Amino acid sequence: MKVLPMGERALLVELADGSAAEALHAELLRRRATGELTVREVVPAARTVLLNGLDAPARLAARLPSWEIPPLPPRAEDVLELPVRYDGPDLADVAALWGVPVREVPRIHAAAEFRVAFCGFAPGFGYLTGLGGLPDVPRRATPRTTVPAGSVGLAGPYTGVYPRPSPGGWQLIGTTEAVLWDHARVPAALLTPGVRVRFVPEAR
Amino acid sequence: MTDRALAVVRSGALTTVQDEGRPGHAHLGVPRSGALDRPAAALVNRLVGNPPEAAVLETTLNGCAVRPRCAVTVAVGGAPCPVTVDGRPAPWGMPVRVPAGALLDVGTAVSGVRAYLALSGGVAVEPVLGSRSTDLLSGLGPPPLVDGAVLPLGDAAFAHARVDVVPQPGPPSELVLRLTAGPRADWFTPEALRTLATRAYRVSSASNRIGLRTEGPPLDRAVGGELPSEGMVLGAVQVPPDGRPVVFLADHPTTGGYPVVGVVRGADLARAAQAVPGTRVRFVVTWALTPPPAAPVPRSGP
Repeated sequence: MKVLPMGERALLVELADGSAAEALHAELLRRRATGELTVREVVPAARTVLLNGLDAPARLAARLPSWEIPPLPPRAEDVLELPVRYDGPDLADVAALWGVPVREVPRIHAAAEFRVAFCGFAPGFGYLTGLGGLPDVPRRATPRTTVPAGSVGLAGPYTGVYPRPSPGGWQLIGTTEAVLWDHARVPAALLTPGVRVRFVPEAR
Repeated sequence: MTDRALAVVRSGALTTVQDEGRPGHAHLGVPRSGALDRPAAALVNRLVGNPPEAAVLETTLNGCAVRPRCAVTVAVGGAPCPVTVDGRPAPWGMPVRVPAGALLDVGTAVSGVRAYLALSGGVAVEPVLGSRSTDLLSGLGPPPLVDGAVLPLGDAAFAHARVDVVPQPGPPSELVLRLTAGPRADWFTPEALRTLATRAYRVSSASNRIGLRTEGPPLDRAVGGELPSEGMVLGAVQVPPDGRPVVFLADHPTTGGYPVVGVVRGADLARAAQAVPGTRVRFVVTWALTPPPAAPVPRSGP
């Protein structure tokens, strides 16, 4: 664990890998819930966790490395199922990269159990990990100027779903009708850090 | 005309609804947003008797004009600018009573960038995640004002302040940003860190509510390659591949993939909101949490 400075009120904690970051994130939320830790924002990312809105970052920075971080606890909640049509324009490119027939891409993707590692890019956009043992998918050389809402894409080790139309460079493999973000709903975001997700293929 | 609303007559270059923003949702990818010059927004709210969380209008360079449908008390602050009511000059930085149906014009900034217009009762558009702020990056909150739009106003809660003169800081002729080391300061060469601390930059015209972009000597990286996405804070100085520092302002993304060389103090960001393109920028570096970078050792011999 490396504790890095981030201005007057924040710390950035760097971990060895994504799962260590998820474990620290869970522990930070637990300590916040019990009142041991006062912090406004806890923002997990690829292999860091940002703590923002701290009264005395230096004091916490000194204490953090001695914390006992339990491994990520198994979550009691159900797996969130997202119906998906595997009709994306980049299916063939992903199949070629993975060295499998095109019809195998949906099978592989739907067989995996994902977890929201972190959010960013847009409200409700989650970076989902869980595709183990496959080559990382590069972003498209030229990003699309518009990716439709509900597009399911791959980039690096992650799967993501675009909550609203936006430019984007992820390789698109499918479409979901699920509403990823609705600010009038509680909670507004369907995908929040730690949520388990499974994609369920729909008939085309 | 007695309904509590205002009609937008001239929306200006960019006028948005802003309040204290929506902090606390960064883990969902939601930017904090909120008024860029927070002290100015808070002051005009106080002048008209609004609570600090009331929503105001934030203009950019050339102001805006609105026609309240009910009598309201207004105050304009932030960037100094001419204010008129039905064409007659009205004071800036003081409460002004505007009759129902009158045209309130917030003119072009004499200096600075962003003027703030508070109206008694506040702009009462529907809040999103507890805030009425327009967020240009993610599109949350009301869209920027357009001509002909009608915005609801809340009920005035308190009497306006009784003041004659309110001192407000003038826009900076030189923008001094105090900075502490960021998490990725060691991704830059010692020479780059000295460049940042000693050379002058200028505010780029590409600056917006997301970031204050600068022009000046590029900062060279000591570590190449990509940085995985990580959390960002207000005031973070991110350095994209062109080497020109970008200071993240209110609509900054919640995570980013370029290294953060330093973080500007929160108290200095209001002045950043008022610095016109071309303003000289100096980063005053206090490497508070990590040791100062060593000066390069001169090579001996030929």
